[in-house]
Amino acid sequence: MSAPKRVLPGFHLTLGYALLYLSLVVLIPLSALAFKTFTLTWPQFWEAVTAPRVLASYRLTFGASLIAALVNVFFGLLVAWVLVRYSFPGKKIVDALVDLPFALPTAVAGISLTALLAGNGWIGQHLEPLGIQLAFNPNGVVIALIFIGLPFVVRTVQPVLEDTEKELEEAAMCLGATRWQTFAKVILPTIAPALLTGFAMAFARAIGEYGSVIFIAGNMPMVSEITPLIIIGKLEQYDIAGATAVASVMLIISFMLLLVINGLQAWQRRKS
Amino acid sequence: MSAPALQRHTATQESAWVRWSLIGLALVFMGLFLVLPLAAVFTEALRKGWDAYWEALKEPDAWSAIRLTLLTAAVAVPLNLVFGVAAAWAIAKYEFRGKAFLTTLVDLPFSVSPVVAGLVYVLVFGAQGWLGPWLDSHGIKIVFAVPGIILATVFVTFPFIARELIPLMQAQGNEEEQAAIVLGASGWQTFWHVTLPNIKWGLIYGVILCNARAMGEFGAVSVVSGHIRGQTNTMPLHVEILYNEYQSAAAFAVASLLALLALVTLAIKTWVEWRHERELRAAAEMPPERPLAAAPSSTGA
Repeated sequence: MSAPKRVLPGFHLTLGYALLYLSLVVLIPLSALAFKTFTLTWPQFWEAVTAPRVLASYRLTFGASLIAALVNVFFGLLVAWVLVRYSFPGKKIVDALVDLPFALPTAVAGISLTALLAGNGWIGQHLEPLGIQLAFNPNGVVIALIFIGLPFVVRTVQPVLEDTEKELEEAAMCLGATRWQTFAKVILPTIAPALLTGFAMAFARAIGEYGSVIFIAGNMPMVSEITPLIIIGKLEQYDIAGATAVASVMLIISFMLLLVINGLQAWQRRKS
Repeated sequence: MSAPALQRHTATQESAWVRWSLIGLALVFMGLFLVLPLAAVFTEALRKGWDAYWEALKEPDAWSAIRLTLLTAAVAVPLNLVFGVAAAWAIAKYEFRGKAFLTTLVDLPFSVSPVVAGLVYVLVFGAQGWLGPWLDSHGIKIVFAVPGIILATVFVTFPFIARELIPLMQAQGNEEEQAAIVLGASGWQTFWHVTLPNIKWGLIYGVILCNARAMGEFGAVSVVSGHIRGQTNTMPLHVEILYNEYQSAAAFAVASLLALLALVTLAIKTWVEWRHERELRAAAEMPPERPLAAAPSSTGA
């Protein structure tokens, strides 16, 4: 793109339209949240965002999102590895199916996972006699978030894994490394940025997730109530100030995660 | 994605035992977390037989939810399509200050929780919001009505098409368009006859993903909808209401339509990737050197 800059027409039109639309749809509404937050007094704000029930919801939301994202790093890498390195019958279908959580509406995922894991469900009925309960408690939240986050890890790791150079692995082999050593010392460092990016994306998505979680969580205050549900609850009680305060905390965390993800992606580009 | 020739690469290939265990583990995981929930939707929907299934879909409230969902997508997708093309043209074809920042802003809605997205529209258009009193005095209803649902949907599906097109158009560069301009084509002609054919697969790809999300959005729409049956309920909200009323079979019947939508989306997406790949190969563009710009990383956080 070092060619003379503005040979092509339409720069002002397209940039102007993009900025106008971006402002109307995204920036102005988001700034409404900031303005509303600033109309609260500090004690008001602090009380809203640090009430015990709200603190419990942060713990659940972040804890469950962290566990789910870690599980997804492991299984996402496994699925990406199997799809890139091996051939097996039905591979194309499995590859297409990875994107199901992107395409399936979250509410559908929510009621379906609940139907499977509830005490009378296909899976739940076999686990309940063993004393394992996966629905209507924090376990259910983690499971819904694993479902939601899987494609993020697979789809960020997969292309990087496809581009890794076989020569490096052959060299490691010739120098006497075992297959496991080659994986841990040669392949893993190459894909680490992508893996971290996928982790951060799955984590960020999980924190804001609502639809798939609320059906399976049971939504008990202090136990299985996620932060987005707290916001909805406050709105339903017409506590707009409280809802805004909690939402602004979530928004700040989302922004920080967005910055982290951007940084990780830049690192990944430099590495490749 | 081509499988390495098994014999040739024995040095960098795991033993068959390891290989099949990994494949097996991956398939079990995918089966449990993806296939089983999908199968459960259809089984639960048909639990009471086909007659009950059709009844649930023919019910007036279900029907109006379907219509509202289609309307929402029919407005939101074209709006974001026009924005996506304009933003990608500006970002990919020109150099200007703040470009990286603008690209980040385009992705912003993906990192905002859908519930927060709904809330910000309540703060702008709601009774206590910025425009609330003015709208009220003019008898215009946005929040807890159809316009609010559409706006919230536009917000959550905002980046889909733009983020698909930006890397694609950046990878293609400006040479072809510049040639067209030099040969005397107008800006529009250049866009229609040069740019559009080049980006069509990325465009279709972005549109179907945007559409799937627009029809399936739950959190943001739930905040601004007001949940008035037969009026401001989209399909996902209708599923929720039925489910909470313990009408499980009916809830899953409506959900099965959304699951079908997801399957169709995946099928079209796979087909687009396949066509795009084939075109690239036909153009003999040294396949390994040029990763499919349209393929992965489609729906980031």
